Amino acid sequence: MQEHDLSWVRTEMALAQAAPSSQVGAGAWMRKNLFASPFDTALTILAALALAWALPQILNWLFFSAVWSGADRTACLTTEQGGSLPAGWTGACWPFVEARLGYFTFGRYPLEERWRVILCGVIFLALLVPLLTPRIPFKRLNAILFFAVFPFIAFFLLLGGYFGLPYVETPLWGGLLVTLVISYVGIVTSLPLGIILALGRRSKMPIVKLLSVVFIETVRGVPLVAVLFMASFMLPLFVPPGMTFDKLLRALIGVALFSSAYMAEVIRGGLQAIPKGQYEGADSLGLGYWQKMGLIVMPQALKLVIPGIVNTFIGLFKDTTLVLIISLFDLLGTVKQSISGDPTWATPQTAKTGYVFAAAVFWIFCFGMSRYSQYMERRLDTGHRK
Amino acid sequence: MASQEAIRTSEPTKASLFYDPKIRSLVFQALLIFLLILGVWWIIDNTIENLRRSNISTGWAFLRGRAGFDISDRLVEYTSDSTFFRALVVGILNTLKVAIAGIIVATVVGFLVGIGRLSNNWLIRKICTVYVEIFRNIPPLLVILFWYQGVLAVLPAVRESIELPFNSFLNVRGFYLPAIVWNGSGLMVLGGLAIGLVLSWYVARRAYARQMATGQSFPVLWVSLALIVGMPLLAYLLSGMPATVDYPQKGNFNLTGGSNVKPEFLSLLLALSFYTASFIAEIVRAGIMGVPKGQTEAYSALGLRPAKGLRLVVIPQALRIIIPPLTSQYLNLTKNSTLGVAIGYPELYSVGGTILNQTGQAIEVVVIFMIVYLSISLITSAFMNWFNTKMALKER
Repeated sequence: MQEHDLSWVRTEMALAQAAPSSQVGAGAWMRKNLFASPFDTALTILAALALAWALPQILNWLFFSAVWSGADRTACLTTEQGGSLPAGWTGACWPFVEARLGYFTFGRYPLEERWRVILCGVIFLALLVPLLTPRIPFKRLNAILFFAVFPFIAFFLLLGGYFGLPYVETPLWGGLLVTLVISYVGIVTSLPLGIILALGRRSKMPIVKLLSVVFIETVRGVPLVAVLFMASFMLPLFVPPGMTFDKLLRALIGVALFSSAYMAEVIRGGLQAIPKGQYEGADSLGLGYWQKMGLIVMPQALKLVIPGIVNTFIGLFKDTTLVLIISLFDLLGTVKQSISGDPTWATPQTAKTGYVFAAAVFWIFCFGMSRYSQYMERRLDTGHRK
Repeated sequence: MASQEAIRTSEPTKASLFYDPKIRSLVFQALLIFLLILGVWWIIDNTIENLRRSNISTGWAFLRGRAGFDISDRLVEYTSDSTFFRALVVGILNTLKVAIAGIIVATVVGFLVGIGRLSNNWLIRKICTVYVEIFRNIPPLLVILFWYQGVLAVLPAVRESIELPFNSFLNVRGFYLPAIVWNGSGLMVLGGLAIGLVLSWYVARRAYARQMATGQSFPVLWVSLALIVGMPLLAYLLSGMPATVDYPQKGNFNLTGGSNVKPEFLSLLLALSFYTASFIAEIVRAGIMGVPKGQTEAYSALGLRPAKGLRLVVIPQALRIIIPPLTSQYLNLTKNSTLGVAIGYPELYSVGGTILNQTGQAIEVVVIFMIVYLSISLITSAFMNWFNTKMALKER
């Protein structure tokens, strides 16, 4: 009996066909991402209209109608205000920033001594960049130089009074210099203090624990402004009569105490995330408390909370602006002072221009830090999670 | 064999006391307490000496003294003849005012932006991302000053006020809005509101009980909305419409009538709420992304529409992740309200600073700061903890 073999096996691949035109190209992308539903379409149109209204105004103000050169306020005034620009003009007044740039960077630091600040900045960068680049070796030496040696170099270089350098008192410091000094000191002191406080809070010794909890919760419960205020009004009361404190030093103490309390909580989160087995493993190896913490627990805990630590740094950097309230002149303080106290540049646009400039500087620093922390997080991810 | 026997029977050798962890910790703590007492004693001694030298008497008697300074933005009666205590109350109320308004605005904006960052719409997603990246990387104090000196201070003078819809005006003295004036008392309306709230709570309870018993659902949201809006409205009509609207009138030198939102308050509110909103947006995004994808698939499999599934399945689970960090953002906003001192908004810190300058009672003023801010923190976290337990996973 003859059987019909109906099975059929295809031996060569079917030719690939192009995707349907409704699924590829700009049209499909727009259908999927911009006009997926009537509601989406409405949202897109509204958002596009809002952008079309706002963006040209912002760009015009920043660049196209902005004034780029001039010697004083008349460059940025309209005819009715006594200048030469057409009536109804608005735009940034960049020559104001250009003229005050030195003040924004160094404050009232003497002109002929500014090379010291610049040298300090160069050393800072020369130590910081290799520290942050993973491929460059000698990390331990670099870290010691950056965290332990550099503060002394900076202290003698910036303050002076030794080695033939003239003494520059801190009330003359200002601008970005003060912002960076406060954030650097805050960052460098808050990490070790925070680790000690976090360990204290998890300690088995009741008194150590109580003291850490009281300190952390009290400091976290009050605003930084109040802490700075205390540091600036109360510290002089606490020390023997006749002993005076530098104003900048008082702010530094306030900032360091404040940020260490926040840092302690971040690190505590990391400590809590380490499984009990790690502690027990260290104990069974016969390690002492500090060996256990330093070699087993802390490296894992700190790695877990890098984003939190960097967020605290970013917060600290933004919080340095608050020293303005106890009348220290950081970057924001110098900008504010130039706006309200400099008649050469008093125009309706000065304030906006100055603050936009300061905002850009702060934004670059904070955004850079957050990007770097995301990069480190990806790099250090050993794949335990997910 | 013999040696093992010997080990078993011999007493464990006593380690020296120096290596005993218990003794060590006792000694260490005793030393710590001793140092602490010494330090505190030194500080107190110095403080007493310093205060004696500058002729400042400690104590709370100064609170009854005449304040002598004026506060422009106030919620309760206050003149420069009022006491320091009253000035502090005005300051606390102003702090609470800006904190509560800021929390409401920040929550609304933050949730919108956070959900927007997860939208399918590319344009909305990008706009929300840009918003978050810009606002959370700029210090709030800078934004406050930008609004105050950069935008609101260069608004036109009173004569050239910008007219906005509903007879409101914007000028260098702030934002003028129509005000509602109660002829007589609005007690009836308040009573109506209270009755509406109680009734809707009762309806929600009954509806829940019914759904548990019979499985039938009841449109609780719409009924309670109708009750909460309807009852005060009914009371208003019944009591003979006792309210009129007072529009701001444009005079030659000033706007009269209406209510005025001061530029200080406006700058502080705008800056704080938009700054905090950028953080809340990130928290909301993380919360929604923290709900496993299986949950979305499960509600689709059960046949729920996306809107209902989001409301009944995703959001309750996301809230569990969102609430704890949201609490700390609320506390941050409250604490950041102290930045108002930079632009002269009379909140607690700025009033306290003025009092300190007048009386020199540094310790008392700082103690008041501590007490007020700590209690605001504790009350907020207590409330949010209660809400958190209510929302937390109930494992059976």
